[in-house]
Amino acid sequence: MNNLSAWERMEIVHNKNRPTVNDYIPAIFTRFMEFHGDRLFGDDAAIIGGIGFLSDVPVTVIAQVKGKTLDENRRTNFSMPHPEGYRKALRLAKQAEKFHRPVICLVDTPGAYCGIEAEKRGQGEAIAKNLAEFMTLKTPVVSVVLGEGGSGGALALAVCDELAMLSNATYSVISPRGAASILWKDGTKEKEAAELLKITAEDLMRFGVCDKIINEPDGGAQTNPEQAADSIYEYLVDAVSRLKTVPMEQLMENRYNKFRKIGMFTE
Amino acid sequence: MDIEELFKVVKARFTDDSHGSSEKKEKTDVEIPQDLLFKCPRCSGVFYNDEFVNNKKVCPKCNYHARLTWQERLEMTADEGSFIPLDENLRSLNPICFPRYEEKVRKCIDECETNEAIVTGECTIRGYRCVIGIMDSHFMMASMGSVVGEKITRAFEYATKKKLPVIMFTASGGARMQEGIVSLMQMAKTSGAVKLHSDAGGLYIAVMTDPTTGGVTASFASLGDITIAEPKVLIGFAGRRVIQDTIRQRLPDDFQSAEFQQECGFVDMIVERGMMRKRLSNILKLHGFPKEEKGK
Ligand SMILES: [Zn+2]
Repeated sequence: MNNLSAWERMEIVHNKNRPTVNDYIPAIFTRFMEFHGDRLFGDDAAIIGGIGFLSDVPVTVIAQVKGKTLDENRRTNFSMPHPEGYRKALRLAKQAEKFHRPVICLVDTPGAYCGIEAEKRGQGEAIAKNLAEFMTLKTPVVSVVLGEGGSGGALALAVCDELAMLSNATYSVISPRGAASILWKDGTKEKEAAELLKITAEDLMRFGVCDKIINEPDGGAQTNPEQAADSIYEYLVDAVSRLKTVPMEQLMENRYNKFRKIGMFTE
Repeated sequence: MDIEELFKVVKARFTDDSHGSSEKKEKTDVEIPQDLLFKCPRCSGVFYNDEFVNNKKVCPKCNYHARLTWQERLEMTADEGSFIPLDENLRSLNPICFPRYEEKVRKCIDECETNEAIVTGECTIRGYRCVIGIMDSHFMMASMGSVVGEKITRAFEYATKKKLPVIMFTASGGARMQEGIVSLMQMAKTSGAVKLHSDAGGLYIAVMTDPTTGGVTASFASLGDITIAEPKVLIGFAGRRVIQDTIRQRLPDDFQSAEFQQECGFVDMIVERGMMRKRLSNILKLHGFPKEEKGK
C-alpha cells in the first residue's frame, strides 16, 4: 500500500536516477530494434519505437524518452513529443496491426511540446488522430505510465485495452504548476494543486482510468531498477497473453466501453 | 517554407480586407455607455453595438467573426422551428470535489440558459437533415468536462444509428481542469465516437469558431471529414502565453488564426458567417442527402 501524497510521488518521479525507457526496454524486451521516422516530416527522438520480443511474443514498443542528463534531455526534448513523434507512433501502431503484433506503449511525458513548430505541424491534429485510430486498432494495446502522464501528450499513447501505472506514477489533465497558476495566479502553489487534482494511481483506479498498479520497490523504482523492470515485465506478459485470447470484435467493444463509461453526471 | 515566410503569407491573408467593409466611425473620445459599443479584440476598432449585431457579430473593419451564444448560432444556422434538442437534462457532478465547481456551473446555467457548454440536437439546414452540436464559449469557456464529452459522444452515436451527418460548431478553452482526469478521458471518448461514425460511413463537418483550442483541438474538433473555420478566429493546441513563455519572444498577432491554420494545411476552407448555411447545405447535398420539403 502506497501512502505517499501526490506531491511526494512527484518528487520520486523527478528523481534524477529514476529509470527511463532506456533502462526498461533492454531489461523487458529481447532483440529490440528501433525504427525511425513518421514518413511525413522527420524523426522525433522524444518517442522511441520499434519491435522486439516480450518473452516469446513479437510486440511493437512505443515509448516516450526522458533523459537523465541535460544532453540526453536536449536530444529528446525532455520527453515532450512534436507532432512527428505522435505520427511515428501511429505509423508503427498500424504496422503492428498489419502483422498482428500487440502494441506496448510506455508513457512518460510532461506533455506534448508547446511551440511554434509544433503548432505549425498540427500538434492538435496529430494527437486527435492517434486517439481515434488507437480506439479501433485491431490488435491488443497495453499502456504503462512509468512516471509522468502529462495530459493529451500522454493520452495520445494511452488509448488502450489496459492501462497500468507504476505505483508512484501520476497522470493528470494539467500539470499541478499549470493548475496553480490558473487557480491562484501562483505557480508555486503546485503542491496544493497536486493533491487537489487527484493524480495518483489509486485515484485513477477509482475513476476507471487505471486498471492495474505495478508496485515499485520501496522508496521508488530508482532504488532497484531491475526489480521495477521485472514487475513491469511480469505484468506485460500476463496482460498480453490475456488480451491475445479475446476475440477481436470483443476486444474492440471492450476498448470503446472502457472510455465510453468514464464521466460523472446526472440526468 | 520557413516560419518567417509563412507568417508573411498568413499576414497577407489576414489583412486582406476585401470584404466590402466601408469606412467606420472609431470615435472613442465620444462619451457613450460601454454596453452600446463593441470593441474588436483583433483590430481594436470600436463600433456601435447595433451595427455589430446587425452584421452578425462580425467586425465591420477587420472581418473578425466574434463569439456567438448558442441561441444566436442556432438561429443563424438551423431552419426555423426545425431544432429538436438531445440530452438537454445532463448536468455535471463534481468528480474530484473541486472547490466551488458546482457554484460556477450553476451560475453559467443561469446566465447561458443551457445546462452545459454544448447544445446538441437534430435540425434541418435549408432542408437538409443533420445532427448539430453548438459549443458556447460563454459557458466556462466551453471547456470539456463529463457532460460536454457525453453529449458529443451521444450525438455521434445517435447520428451513426440514424445514418445522419454531424455538424459540430467547435469552441473551447480545452479540457475542463475542474473535473481532473475525467475531463481528459472525454477526449478519447469523443474521438472514439467520431471514429465509429466515420467507419460506418458517416459524414462529419467540423466548423471551428472562436476559440478552438487545447483538448478539443486535440480530439473531435480535428477529426472532421471536412474542416471549416470562420475568418480570423483562434485555432490552436497550446495556449499563446505558454508558447511565448517557452520561446521567450512575442508571437505575431495572426499566429494560430484560421488563416494560419489553413496555410499550415489543417483547414479545408474559411467560410464567412453569412455564407455558412449555404455552404453547409451544399456539402450535404453533394454527399447525396435528400432535401426535405417544408412542413414535413
Ligand atoms: Zn476588428
